[in-house]
Amino acid sequence: MNLDWAWIERNLSMIGSLLVEHVILALVPVVIAFLIALPLGYLVSKTRRVANVFLAFIGIIYSIPSLALFVMMPMILGTQILNPVNIVVALSIYSTALLVRSVVDGLRSVPAPVKQSATAVGYGWLRRLFRVELPLAMPVIFAGLRVVIVSNIAIVSVAVLVGSGALGKLFDLGFASYFYTPIIVALVLMLALALIFDALILLIQRRTLPWLRERPA
Amino acid sequence: MVEGTAGMNLFEYLADPANWTGPGGIWNLLLQHLGYTVASVGLAAVIAIPLGIVIGHTGRGSFLVIGLSNAARAIPTLGLLVLVVLLLGTGIGPIIGVLAILALPPVLTATAAGIRGADHEAVHAARAIGMSEPQVVAKVEWPLALPLVISGLRSATLQVVATATVAAYSSGQGLGRLLITGNATRNYPEMFAGAFLVAVLAIVLDILLGGLGWLARRHASPGGRKMVHDPSKIPVDVVA
Repeated sequence: MNLDWAWIERNLSMIGSLLVEHVILALVPVVIAFLIALPLGYLVSKTRRVANVFLAFIGIIYSIPSLALFVMMPMILGTQILNPVNIVVALSIYSTALLVRSVVDGLRSVPAPVKQSATAVGYGWLRRLFRVELPLAMPVIFAGLRVVIVSNIAIVSVAVLVGSGALGKLFDLGFASYFYTPIIVALVLMLALALIFDALILLIQRRTLPWLRERPA
Repeated sequence: MVEGTAGMNLFEYLADPANWTGPGGIWNLLLQHLGYTVASVGLAAVIAIPLGIVIGHTGRGSFLVIGLSNAARAIPTLGLLVLVVLLLGTGIGPIIGVLAILALPPVLTATAAGIRGADHEAVHAARAIGMSEPQVVAKVEWPLALPLVISGLRSATLQVVATATVAAYSSGQGLGRLLITGNATRNYPEMFAGAFLVAVLAIVLDILLGGLGWLARRHASPGGRKMVHDPSKIPVDVVA
């Protein structure tokens, strides 16, 4: 096996900047998607028939392979193919498709008697949404967030096939020269990123939803 | 560098009948792509379904299922594929193997969840009328789990169709070939053709398996009762 650990030291700054690029490309879409999915999911959860049609449509979007979406972006956005905006927008679409589902599932999991009680003690719709419905829906939404972040980190690397892809570039580098070190470095870093961000979301969830901590895992 | 795409006829590659025939033609690539998908999902199903039944029925090894389903999402497919192809060579075997590894977790988790989630009263009733354990599995738990198993196969298929595109990167064939060649020769309509066809294939397979799942669900609960996957019944501690 063609390995050279000194390669890591020689290329530390390049690996570092690819790592930063990777985090940005994976996380920015999650933030965008979260901001879109919350209001959208709320609206969808309020309807019945429309919601099912909408969710089916969202499911179709999610079934479009990521690479295909990356390739189609320049056509839709009028951007150059190497523009990182393509990847951010494509991943935002994916992440939104996944998160809207979680928001809808989460809001629908709030028992009707709870909502009625909140209204009965005088909560308006906005206060009921933020004080009662969202906190109760958050566990499902957090689960969605974890899935989105972890899969985004993996998907970003696929963009190397359209000339971008952050840490994915190391796969290309290694594959072109039958050199294992960059491939292993990229794999390890991406798995580490996924683990770290997954744990981070879990930590935020524990902080913001302390009442869930009492439950046995 | 592919310059601005304005004014370019995106469907130019798809519209040319000469691109559809021959060994590297679209029909062939489409069939190869489908072949990769069927072979690897099939291989994954042969391993994951029996394993999922055992885990779901006995309740042993569920930690394996939970761990696998979480870890699987974090696997950078492309990296795994590149690594395996470098290690084992560029034949069709390693590619099918990697794709099968990706397809395994969704099928396994869905099967285990479906078997374990089978209506307990039905299972008890089956035991009460004297069914043996294999009979309980085959005649009660399996039919009830089938809709979930199919939805597991569905997400596995989606993932594999998408990832099989990447196979072309490591000298494999399939629709990804159009993307790779198009990218190398800066032929955007060819890349677009590949992306478009993969998306269409994914959507068609998704709808087909969705329909199959719907049939299985109707079969599993003929009264029209919604038993499987009712989002309003997601238990909070599953996701916490």
